[in-house]
Amino acid sequence: MIALPILLPLLFGTLCLMAWQNPRWQKAISLLGTTAQFGAAIWLLIRVQQNGIQHLQVGNWPAPFGIVLVVDLLSAIMVTVAAAVALVVAAYSQAAIDSPRVQYGYYPLFFFLLMGVNGAFITGDLFNLYVWFEVMLMSSFVMLALGGERPQIEGAIKYVILNLLSSTLFLSALGLLYNLAGTLNMADLALRLPGLETGNQITLIAMLFLVAFGIKSAIFPLLFWLPASYHTPPVTITALFSGLLTKVGVYALFRVFTLLFVQDTAYTHTILLILAGFTMVTGVFGAAAQTDLRRLLSFHIISQIGYLLMGLGLFSQPALAASIYFMVHVILAKTSLFLVAGIVEKMDGSYNLKELGGIYSTSFGVALLFLLPALSLAGLPPLSGFFAKLALVVAGFDLHQYAIVAVGLGVSLMTLYSMTKIWNEAFWKEPKDPVHHAKHKPISSWLWASTAVLVFISLLAGLLAEPLLNLANQAAAQLADPSIYIQAVLGVAP
Amino acid sequence: MVLLLAITAGVLFAAAIYMILRRSLMKTLVGLLLLSYAVNLLLFTSADLVPARPALVDADSLLPPTVYADPVPQAFILTAIVISFGLTAFAITLMRQVYNTLGSDDLNEMRCTDVPCEEVEIASEEELLEEPL
Repeated sequence: MIALPILLPLLFGTLCLMAWQNPRWQKAISLLGTTAQFGAAIWLLIRVQQNGIQHLQVGNWPAPFGIVLVVDLLSAIMVTVAAAVALVVAAYSQAAIDSPRVQYGYYPLFFFLLMGVNGAFITGDLFNLYVWFEVMLMSSFVMLALGGERPQIEGAIKYVILNLLSSTLFLSALGLLYNLAGTLNMADLALRLPGLETGNQITLIAMLFLVAFGIKSAIFPLLFWLPASYHTPPVTITALFSGLLTKVGVYALFRVFTLLFVQDTAYTHTILLILAGFTMVTGVFGAAAQTDLRRLLSFHIISQIGYLLMGLGLFSQPALAASIYFMVHVILAKTSLFLVAGIVEKMDGSYNLKELGGIYSTSFGVALLFLLPALSLAGLPPLSGFFAKLALVVAGFDLHQYAIVAVGLGVSLMTLYSMTKIWNEAFWKEPKDPVHHAKHKPISSWLWASTAVLVFISLLAGLLAEPLLNLANQAAAQLADPSIYIQAVLGVAP
Repeated sequence: MVLLLAITAGVLFAAAIYMILRRSLMKTLVGLLLLSYAVNLLLFTSADLVPARPALVDADSLLPPTVYADPVPQAFILTAIVISFGLTAFAITLMRQVYNTLGSDDLNEMRCTDVPCEEVEIASEEELLEEPL
């Protein structure tokens, strides 16, 4: 049953709704549900890896007439990483989410968000992708505004307006594409688009998709909603968003720019490459100016999106493989960093780097939990970030794209600077107020244990770089050759 | 007919973008509404407009008639209408919440996300009345 990644969150989300009055039950259900989800995702990944692309004709309507769910390796990898993040965040939420938020439906929203994310990963139909985007957005809107503090509400307004705009652009691109090709089934589109005599119209529609997904994945110059909204909700929610939401936008870009819009790559993918460079630079320079831990990390989400886009812009199989591995790395590392930021705030009562200090001397464990993903993000061996960047750089050199490689390496140095800044300010320097500092609040074991698990997974992603890069390479091989996808879904060779 | 619909959709898009760029939240909301109408019209014209030929198969035939109105874009529009209905309802609630929390619907006042809240001064009611939004 490849629909399990959609059905399980739906089931457990509904169970949470039924236990509305009983937070204790909801917490138990959330752990059970995310564990089941993780198991199903692993099973799906193994199955796809062994048997090739899986698909399901929903309602037994044959593609391209009905909606079809398709799981290729990229989808399976994304579903698995999302499930891992969800499991860890659910465990973290046990202690981190305050009881009013639980009473107003945090857990049901959590599962419906997950359902939207997974739906977007495994659908094989563009209009269905739009619907899953909306499912995901609706939950994220409410999660962002839940609690109703002033910064949250203001952040939510910006987030909601820009995301509605992006959804509308996506929908108009769908209308234009349907007019051109008469279908929105991705495999069918991939089959038909190369044969159409349409001049520049396809490129035009491709650019409309780029803008729509670009807003969602926060690429330059469409990124300003992200640092204005992501830091406002409780850090658990930020961690979940940073791991899943923008990555769905990037996944959608990967899907359409490898399967559908590959007619004029000299034009479209060069634009992607240029945007990738600007995204990296803007993100990392934006981060340099920040003193709030959450805002600083939010800007780093953006600069890392640039690396993901770089692999897509280079558009060769090794580059795509590097980007897929990078995606796994950045989701794990980034979510861990936000979770650690949450622990730091619980201990010291602030996110402000100027007020923090001395955590290394009082709590070595927390400092270590920060240091590993931070150095991984900056790209130091033997952590996952190093191998991800190495693979990207090698792919860039192979294609003689020296400019983007130089930008990528420069931004990497700047990331290291940013991470050492956090390290110096929050962990290393003498605390501002030693008396207050001595009274560190105790940390619930849910918080540090769940964070430690995620950091450990992130560490594994670095130590097991070889098998993971092989897997990413298989996924990239499927992306690089659309005929595999078409053959699997429609059963005809193009 | 297609030309007329195209022009109407274009005008709606322009009006929507203009309204979204206003500072008042209510006007932004109107802009978002207009935008969803514009897109629905666009979707409607995405298949050839065939009048009075529903996509129904005759009782004594196995195949649909050779010329018929494509029902798929209409299904798209229905879905899009339902979704935009839900989103608009949420957006209105959120905007009301903003007004309750801030006492203002001016987007320029919403800088709490960029600088600490204490440094943001909320304009008094007189100032709001004097300044056209």
